[in-house]
Amino acid sequence: MIDKRVDSVTQAVADIFDGATVMVGGFGEAGSPIELIHALIDLGAKDLTVVNNNTGSGHVGLAALIENGQVAKMICSFPRTANSTVFPDLYHRGDIELELVPQGTLAERIRAGGAGIPAFYTATSVGTPLAEGKEVRNFDGRDYVMEWGLKADFALVKCARADRYGNLVYNKTARNFGPVMATAANTTIVQTGAQVEIGEIDPEIIVTPGIFVDRIVTIANPAHESRLVNEGRTYP
Amino acid sequence: MSAIALAATIGWDRDDMARRAALDIPDGAYVNLGIGIPEKVAQYVPEGREVIYHTENGLLGMGAAVEPGEEDPELINAGKKQVSAIPGAAYFHHADSFAMIRGGHIDICVLGAMQVSQGGDLANWSTGSADAIPAVGGAMDLVAGVKTIYIITQHCTKTGEPKLVKSCSFPLTGKAVVSRIFTDLAVIDVTPEGFKLVELAPGVELDYVQQRTGCELIAAD
Repeated sequence: MIDKRVDSVTQAVADIFDGATVMVGGFGEAGSPIELIHALIDLGAKDLTVVNNNTGSGHVGLAALIENGQVAKMICSFPRTANSTVFPDLYHRGDIELELVPQGTLAERIRAGGAGIPAFYTATSVGTPLAEGKEVRNFDGRDYVMEWGLKADFALVKCARADRYGNLVYNKTARNFGPVMATAANTTIVQTGAQVEIGEIDPEIIVTPGIFVDRIVTIANPAHESRLVNEGRTYP
Repeated sequence: MSAIALAATIGWDRDDMARRAALDIPDGAYVNLGIGIPEKVAQYVPEGREVIYHTENGLLGMGAAVEPGEEDPELINAGKKQVSAIPGAAYFHHADSFAMIRGGHIDICVLGAMQVSQGGDLANWSTGSADAIPAVGGAMDLVAGVKTIYIITQHCTKTGEPKLVKSCSFPLTGKAVVSRIFTDLAVIDVTPEGFKLVELAPGVELDYVQQRTGCELIAAD
């Protein structure tokens, strides 16, 4: 029997190891798997390379993971966010590495990684500092830079509904990086707002087929980062 | 009176600039609006035109700002502001969203600028200063992939430096990508010959704009 459900966030993240590459879903707070991130803080795995569009806000979620000294390197497109001083402070001190990637290139690198494509060419960033040192090739009269596919040891993803096979549907713009990250990690760990029975989700609307998912934990009432930040909350 | 003070008293204000840019968005267009003044363009699209707004975090059919009490932290735009979705909207993941952009499916993108060169190069993501944290977001993807790039910007910086220049001194977002620029003083096209005036703001003379432009401005036809 296939049953990817686990009982707790602690169990869900237990094997994340020091030095792992972890993709964390979310664009800003939308889709941020905040309970899984907090469990990773509790676990204490360090020297992580984290892939996320941003670097979190306030002192909860991703920002708290960074503040806790567990992240050696961020791969992201926009490390500046309102209410975020954690990453800038570490970056200015030289205590965290940054690989800046254009947002669409980041999404496509993850998609390629999950699809078994080692590299691809894109016109994005041609002629800019972000193309420096990269192979450039001309196709049909236009220059393109080569970008590498991106894979991870783990992905932490938030969805709205999941069944025990790991079929997922998301909520509105919280979908963002979740579906591509789920494909690109060796172990994809999902927090879902609700668990449903097999067959309850119409196969026509499943966004992430269960083959891409390894573990599911139910968080029925997930915290919202902006609310925690507004309340001045910190983690741990 | 300084040039800066003068600039504040004549020409278009931020809403006028957005209103003017909106006139150049045709019926049926799929449009991506950048953060800041470009966001205002949606308010001013002339009645009778149906325009679909794309926000690159994963929504086609972005509606107006939400009413207080109806906010959903999982329904946001690329500026991370809570928004609404119109009937007929679609949600999708990031790779699909940037396939729309990179694949040339978005008709028009309206962005802000730090500098635009006469060859249409755009700099709008970094001053290149050593202590700045670089942050690019989707700007490079948008200018590389969207068919038509409009810029809305003040004609000069807060210290009176031209933003329309011979060549950009700031790091580029993209090369030869800008089609048309809407400033507080004028509407200007990027042409193979350089910057060409399309229209002056009411009460603004060509000489006045030329003095505040970093290279030659070709008069309107």
